[in-house]
Amino acid sequence: MEFEPVIGLEIHVQLDTQTKMFCTCPVEFGAEPNSLVCPVCLGLPGSLPVVNKRAVEYAIRAALALNCKVHTFSVFARKNYFYPDLPKGYQISQYEQPLATDGWMEVNGKKIRIRRLHLEEDAGKSIHEGNKTYIDLNRAGTPLIEIVTEPDIDSPELAREFLETLRNILRYAGVSKADMEKGQLRCDINLSLRPKGTDQLGTKVEIKNVNSFKFVQKAIESEIERQAKILSTGGKIVQETRTFDPSSGLTHPMRTKEEAEDYRYFPDPDLLPLVIKEERIEEVRATMPELPKQRYERFIRDYALSSYDAKVLTDLKELGDFFENALSFYPEDPKLTSNWLLNDFLGQIRDRGLSLEESPVNPEKLSKLIKLIKEGVLSSKLAKEVLAQMFETGEDPEVIVEKRGLKQITDENSLVAIVQEVLNAHPKEYERLKSGETKLMGFFVGQVMKATKGKANPQLVNKILSEVLSQ
Amino acid sequence: MLWQKPVFELLELLKRKEVKPSEVVQAFYERFSQTEEKVRAYITPTYEQALQQAKELEGKNPEDYPLYSIPIAIKDNINVEGYPTTCASKILEGCISPYDATVIERLKKAGAFVVGKTNMDEFAMGSSTEYSAFFPTKNPWDLERVPGGSSGGSAVAVAVLSAPLSLGSDTGGSIRQPASFCGVIGLKPTYGRVSRYGLVAFASSLDQIGPLGRRTKDVALLMEIISGYDPKDSTSAKVEVPKFSEELEREVKGLKIGIPKEFFEFEMEEGVKECFDNFVKFYEGLGFEIEEISLPHSKYAIPTYYIIAPCEASSNLARYDGVRYGYRARAKDINEMYAKTRDEGFGPEVKRRILLGTFALSTGYYEAYYLKAMKVRALIKRDFEEAFKKVDVIACPTSPSTAFKFGERTQDPIKMYLADIFTVSVNLAGLPAISVPIGRVSSLPVGGQLIGRPFDESTLLKLSYLWEEHYKHYQEIPL
Repeated sequence: MEFEPVIGLEIHVQLDTQTKMFCTCPVEFGAEPNSLVCPVCLGLPGSLPVVNKRAVEYAIRAALALNCKVHTFSVFARKNYFYPDLPKGYQISQYEQPLATDGWMEVNGKKIRIRRLHLEEDAGKSIHEGNKTYIDLNRAGTPLIEIVTEPDIDSPELAREFLETLRNILRYAGVSKADMEKGQLRCDINLSLRPKGTDQLGTKVEIKNVNSFKFVQKAIESEIERQAKILSTGGKIVQETRTFDPSSGLTHPMRTKEEAEDYRYFPDPDLLPLVIKEERIEEVRATMPELPKQRYERFIRDYALSSYDAKVLTDLKELGDFFENALSFYPEDPKLTSNWLLNDFLGQIRDRGLSLEESPVNPEKLSKLIKLIKEGVLSSKLAKEVLAQMFETGEDPEVIVEKRGLKQITDENSLVAIVQEVLNAHPKEYERLKSGETKLMGFFVGQVMKATKGKANPQLVNKILSEVLSQ
Repeated sequence: MLWQKPVFELLELLKRKEVKPSEVVQAFYERFSQTEEKVRAYITPTYEQALQQAKELEGKNPEDYPLYSIPIAIKDNINVEGYPTTCASKILEGCISPYDATVIERLKKAGAFVVGKTNMDEFAMGSSTEYSAFFPTKNPWDLERVPGGSSGGSAVAVAVLSAPLSLGSDTGGSIRQPASFCGVIGLKPTYGRVSRYGLVAFASSLDQIGPLGRRTKDVALLMEIISGYDPKDSTSAKVEVPKFSEELEREVKGLKIGIPKEFFEFEMEEGVKECFDNFVKFYEGLGFEIEEISLPHSKYAIPTYYIIAPCEASSNLARYDGVRYGYRARAKDINEMYAKTRDEGFGPEVKRRILLGTFALSTGYYEAYYLKAMKVRALIKRDFEEAFKKVDVIACPTSPSTAFKFGERTQDPIKMYLADIFTVSVNLAGLPAISVPIGRVSSLPVGGQLIGRPFDESTLLKLSYLWEEHYKHYQEIPL
């Protein structure tokens, strides 16, 4: 029997706020352990939480970017469980009445519904060393949003693409850096199989905390294989929570349904219900930054880019920003700028193993190079050399051109002299050309280019040669 | 004798520089030394530190400090920076607070001194202070009897005058009931009137810090300092704070006092009712109208309270897990460490309530218990709203009995819970209420409770002030 997977995702995203969800401690990655803490995020006796307004704004923005209905009334609830890096013995989250529900996101033309989006706080970190465990509470209290999809995902690839698209939307909305490697975006997978073409739901398995896009796809592939094997031999799937081991590429059981905790959710009596005015929601909507889809469409419409180029420039927000930044210095030819950015510039970045941020060639420098090309000062061939040099030295293209005398020779008088010299140096070929053997034109242009080390403007050389012949 | 003087007089003397701050502190320190061995009101006395602070304050202008050099005893569940905050629990023994509660910040700014952290039932769970993990506090009127609780230490401190004022906390009657047992005034402010920041939570939706004292005006002065909106407490209210101490001397006329008939269906100790009738007659004599009212759902107050409070407590007390601070039991793994730490660190009443709350919040029981209790709570609140359409204040005894003997009720939790039968509904409704001494049944004090509209502590203080002029309960000092 053939099976098809039914996949839903639960994604935790760290909001990019300056301070924590319920106190004023700074949110920072990589600080000295337990240095960014206060009575509130340490859960000291007597401390009380106060909601971070910016986190609420970001959550609303994320919800709107995911086409959710944002509720004017939502409730913070306590999720009770014991864990060493959970300082209060409960996590403040939202349960029965979340901030937002009923959204959707489009991935490659397929609509994936978002069931809910709610605000909560992150726990600290347990660091295991040998037989010891250390607790770092710097992360405790970092604002998170949890996004839960409907089980609308039907393939491992789509799951990965969904996450990549989601990451982009969140970055564009300016609510999170959503870097999976830094744990700013974490994903739990719910997966069940059913006979292909049916609409009944099988027993679902949860896979916890998979920490890269690639692993999400792999974990799903491997779990589909595992479940399919069990089902096709007449076995039964156990409802349980599993973990993914990237080294083996397999999932392993963590706890069964019977061992699952009862979180004893109830409304947090330390916090009032979160009441958001309708006008506030509209205000956030009105000031929403441009989202990937809008940018993609704008790049095609305003800059006449190909759909492929527009997609590449949109998928990586930083690259699109770089592009627009370069255009702000020299807006003459977006298409040319895009070509150079996506081909030669990215080639250099890749070859040198640099990130966009580390590039010594900034948007302004790139725009200067484009200008030199566009104005015919540099040929494509020379421009490539200059770009390489720019990466070497970090110098402006004009400086390099000046220093190395790379400027294209566009001065007719000096070119006439050079053409004359070349003709004189090859009297036989000159005679044959004069007697009508026009295919030798190419030979002479080549010789002139050689003599000028490629700096001559080929069109101009052609023109001069024709003139000399007709005299 | 300085320690016998009310705060408002001490402030005058200090302003006129007739006494020095250190003399004031010294006077109460001596009184503490005379009485403490007998009553044991304090877990951590801090008079020495207060004396030091008094000397530092001596050069300052008294006009800048509304509670200039006034000693105040603080219940040991309110954080004072640098001092232990034990909540009378082994699990927090030795923990030093790294920060001040908002009320303490305000007291310090007002020039008051913390002279000690007072004994209480562990985590404020109890009605007799017998559940302190360290030692019981004794009722100064009869050392064989309990002082009430959970703020027993704070009530005894002002009863024996080792401090002229104290702070307690009231979740179901924990200020008013010990005030009643010890013959002092105790005020539970409206929920949201006083910041809870720094008060170790028992049941967050019910907890409120409040003052205890012997004179209404003193209590009013303290209320002025501790009240008011605090951005650190999301449940604190943005409501203006009146000058309570000035308002209480204003004339009151034409008040209607309601007597809830249901409260008198409960069993009451002989003599308590007579004291209360006498109390009511006094107001009637002043021309106030007395009217019988009905609070039909108040009979469910105790069961409702004993669902909601333990539910919140089970979560609030989850942080005492031995990981970061406080008591930690030795164990072979983390789960055993949690279990042993909490088993050895908490006393019987705290464990009882954690278990109750954990059970009531569990899947399958949440709707039947917690949600149902929240619905009844809303009905109890509505009863009061209806009643306050007819009357301005509601009066009843604070507790159905006077102070009971040690050990009398610890074996029977339900009987212990019934000591709060007249007080818990006030917390469920979030209202202000005051307990004032209204008489005696064989040498033991009896308290009368006045319940007000939300944020109308003023009327309660006015009525207390009128009564105090008539029945000078403050003149009698035990020990």
